[in-house]
Amino acid sequence: MSHIPSEALSESPLAPAGALPLVELRGVSKRFVKALDSSMRIANLFGAGMREEIVRAVDHVDLGIHAREVVGLVGESGCGKSTLGRLAVGLLSLSAGERLWQGKPLGSLAPAAAREQQLKMQMIFQDPYAALNPRMRVVDIVGEAPVVHGLITTRQQVEYVGLQLNRVGLDPTLMRRFPHQFSGGQRARIGIARSLAVKPEFLVCDESVAALDVSIQAQVLNLFMDLQSALSLTYLFISHDLGVVQHISDRVVIMYLGRVVESGPTAELFAAPNHPYTQALLAEIGRVEPRKRVFVPIKGEIPSPLAPPSGCHFHPRCPYAMAKCKDVAPPLDEIAPGRWSACYLNDVALQ
Amino acid sequence: MTPAADPLLDVEGLCTRFFTKAGVVKAVQDVSFSVRRGEVLGLVGESGSGKSMTGYSIMGLIDPPGRVVAGRILFDGRELSSLSPEAMRRLRGNRIAMIFQDPMMTLNPVLRIDAQMVETIRAHGRVSHSAALERSREALVKVGIPSPDERLKGYPHQFSGGMRQRVAIAIALLNEPALIIADEPTTALDVTIQGQILFEMQKLSRETGAALIWITHDLSVIAGLADRICVMYAGRIVEEGTTADVLTAPRHPYTRGLLDSVPANTPPRERLRQIPGMTPSLLEIGPGCAFRSRCSRAQDDCEHDPEMRPYGAVGQAIRCFHPLEAP
Repeated sequence: MSHIPSEALSESPLAPAGALPLVELRGVSKRFVKALDSSMRIANLFGAGMREEIVRAVDHVDLGIHAREVVGLVGESGCGKSTLGRLAVGLLSLSAGERLWQGKPLGSLAPAAAREQQLKMQMIFQDPYAALNPRMRVVDIVGEAPVVHGLITTRQQVEYVGLQLNRVGLDPTLMRRFPHQFSGGQRARIGIARSLAVKPEFLVCDESVAALDVSIQAQVLNLFMDLQSALSLTYLFISHDLGVVQHISDRVVIMYLGRVVESGPTAELFAAPNHPYTQALLAEIGRVEPRKRVFVPIKGEIPSPLAPPSGCHFHPRCPYAMAKCKDVAPPLDEIAPGRWSACYLNDVALQ
Repeated sequence: MTPAADPLLDVEGLCTRFFTKAGVVKAVQDVSFSVRRGEVLGLVGESGSGKSMTGYSIMGLIDPPGRVVAGRILFDGRELSSLSPEAMRRLRGNRIAMIFQDPMMTLNPVLRIDAQMVETIRAHGRVSHSAALERSREALVKVGIPSPDERLKGYPHQFSGGMRQRVAIAIALLNEPALIIADEPTTALDVTIQGQILFEMQKLSRETGAALIWITHDLSVIAGLADRICVMYAGRIVEEGTTADVLTAPRHPYTRGLLDSVPANTPPRERLRQIPGMTPSLLEIGPGCAFRSRCSRAQDDCEHDPEMRPYGAVGQAIRCFHPLEAP
């Protein structure tokens, strides 16, 4: 680790200082561009002035995740949290920025090395119904990748898949069945077994418990926690459910319209949210307390990512918005050790 | 806020079954409850518990192969199952309204919002087009839709998910119903938008004095909204009581397990006390307590059907032979 200059360490603002993160995203952005079709280009010749539509799904995000850490990524629909997860795992190409694994840039790897590297990062998807091929048997769903990547031989497949299924709490005798013969919770377990079959170190869980009933969700959350301690896994846990994130994460990152607005250790962030958006979000957290509560909503809608507001994206809905919030986006500053927030109110508080 | 003594809706022994090729699905079994004027009743359960089908049965929206096979639904003193389809149609969307999880189940994608709202009003009374339009505008204002005049001329696809749900709620409110059945109306929405909708619903039920049946799987939504809760499991109500009693001192092992499954009730990073196993298929349910295979308190007598037994204060009841001790 000595070859890493100390500046490089302090450059990852969303990670606790001192250690080298397992996965690191530096200034990553993802733009989705809808190019002009031929009719639009012809219309432009006559002065229609049509432009390409650009969505900045992820806009300059820095994120470092340490080994055996669980980072919760929270945001509402359209905030770019799933896109960021796909960027982290390598399912989408970066429009800008850099991805690093244990301090080494991943972009410069040779194809064979990149392929091997890719096995260490896996994704567990949201919808256990859509993520499994309905025409494949469980033994193939779980056992195909380890065979293809040479971890096991075809002859070892049945035994290996049996072990994998046991580990996620499924009966190995069911491996000849098809996905439709399982319940939602069991399908979630198959998805987890498939990801773990290639022995990854880093897992991106994209809303992996969102589609499940409360009692089944509790079972799957317990499974995630058990597997993490048994296999020393690192998670990026993406969810809109603050209760789930609060329960499972060491650190929380809050996104709004493609940008990180706040991050910090879970207990501290939930105890004292800094950014007005986080405060509003936490006010909505579901508590099972039988108190007639007065629902006090945040005003307004989530703006379209096609035309995000200028400056701080949250300013049209923010109760404390100032004049400069409209002009320039506030930088993500460290407000306390390990706590980062992008809000001008912190400057005001300092003065 | 003093509800009248006689209930607005009284459901007794409701059974709804689906006669499918694979067998008879007992979606709703022996469900009884009542709702008073101005009261908010939470109907809580996981998928397949029969909570939505209970709502559909009251609305008379069960389609073949499903059928309400037994039970009495008294609404405002009238037996609903004895009504002709025409009389039922006059009641629906007028005195009883339903809000669905997906607002596109309510909204017609090819009609403008004003056409859909005016139609709803004029289907139930002799109102001039301009008066109906004015009432529609007021309803949109009531549910917090900005620039209602402009929005009335829009099509559903021009609205966001939260705005569509507001329009659906506005349509449900148009004829000032005495009873609103809301079937998971906030489940598909983002948390901040869900907060807005809950705020509007809470305000509206206070202002109009309408009774509200809120169907959901989310205990945290119901905790802040409902006066009373019915917990359903595998087609049956297993526990009923005031929100405070059910959530702080549940007596049925399933309710306890459901509350323990909510992450917020366990310290962070600790294992959740999960309910083992999974919900039984409604096709295979035999006699006896449907929860017994997952229940830690189950004994031999659980193979017989437990009855709904009242306990404690008025209106509290559980369906269990071996309930948890009262704290």
